[in-house]
Amino acid sequence: MTVFTLTEAEREAFLLPRLAALTVRHRDACPPYARILAAIGSEPPYARVADLPWLPVRLFKTHELRSVPRERVFRVLTSSGTTGQAPSRIHLDREAAAAQPRMLAATLRTVLGEQRLPMLIVDSRAAVRGPALSARGAGVLGMMNLGRHYTFVLDEGGEVDSAAVRAFLARHGGGRFLIFGFTFMVWLHLRELGLDLSRGILIHSGGWKRLADQAVDAAVFRGALRRECGLTRVHDFYGMVEQIGTVFLEGPDGGGLYCPDFANVLIRDPETWEEAPPGVPGVVEVVSTLPTSYPGHVLLTEDLGVVHGIDDGVWPGKRFSVLGRLPRAEVRGCSDTAVPA
Amino acid sequence: MSHLDRLRDVFRAALSLPEGTDVDGLEYRAIPQWDSLAHMALVAAMEDEFAVMIDTDEMIDMSSFAHAARLLEKHGVSAAL
Repeated sequence: MTVFTLTEAEREAFLLPRLAALTVRHRDACPPYARILAAIGSEPPYARVADLPWLPVRLFKTHELRSVPRERVFRVLTSSGTTGQAPSRIHLDREAAAAQPRMLAATLRTVLGEQRLPMLIVDSRAAVRGPALSARGAGVLGMMNLGRHYTFVLDEGGEVDSAAVRAFLARHGGGRFLIFGFTFMVWLHLRELGLDLSRGILIHSGGWKRLADQAVDAAVFRGALRRECGLTRVHDFYGMVEQIGTVFLEGPDGGGLYCPDFANVLIRDPETWEEAPPGVPGVVEVVSTLPTSYPGHVLLTEDLGVVHGIDDGVWPGKRFSVLGRLPRAEVRGCSDTAVPA
Repeated sequence: MSHLDRLRDVFRAALSLPEGTDVDGLEYRAIPQWDSLAHMALVAAMEDEFAVMIDTDEMIDMSSFAHAARLLEKHGVSAAL
């Protein structure tokens, strides 16, 4: 059972009615969202997913956008946010809160299998403790549902605890195990271990911003981990708290990120806001059927990306990469003025 | 001791609740002690106590004591044990 099955045409046919229905549902239940749609003159019917009105992600930092009454809010998630910015606030009812870890698990099951695997966490136990959990800690906790026998690679002081990792490998290193960490943490700490991690499946996320300065891209990253740790099963993923539970997962060959069946990605030309063809970079828009309790089903991100190909990779649908954050001036431009025509 | 009594003890120990606390009506996140991290400790403790393997979906869906009791039955842990 995998959630990477739909070709681009099948995906469009599957998503359009569902996302259009969500647009109407959120419009009827979320007055600020209804005002935005009214202001930009967006009305059904929508002929294509690309015609659906998008919301700039930063609106979740400035507006309380929810489609359920306050008493039905079960959890409020917050993003880390850039320094000086208010965090995003994402309102989940019980149903949405239950769906998101399930769909995350369904997505990662494609590369991890059914069973929870022994898990090496490239972080410190301190990251998941305490009442005020960081976004990083929340990410680690979310992934822990997929693991068991958790071992943290870093000690409480943030130093690599190679004795703990050796003990983990002695016990679990003979079978498949899961390694999870944020991309820059993996790059910083996993290689220095000098241990054989060849039975591991690495899932990492968090973006390349901090590694781009060192000229480390996906190919360099994969190459170094293969040479230095024997790691051949490496999967990056792209996701955001504003579309919690939806992750775009790197395929086994490293040929780009793929969309689960309940989601898709569109690249928009920042000049015309038309969809950019494969090979042409632009602003990343993400769509997903998971946001049912807040209007996050069609989001314009602040990331630059490019589609490499459509229905031409190891899994069907679009194959894409995220190239980095938009320059700040452009970010301001899109979120303040970018509205669908 | 019945499997339900053993399950009650596992809950109290994993969630650091005082001995004798009534846990039968407990729901995930309804008390501060039953948070995400405690949930993982709870699942691990159930696996150890009853020698079962709980998969990801079962772990995510185990949202109350009643669910946990049903999950054990699904795994063949019954009153006879």
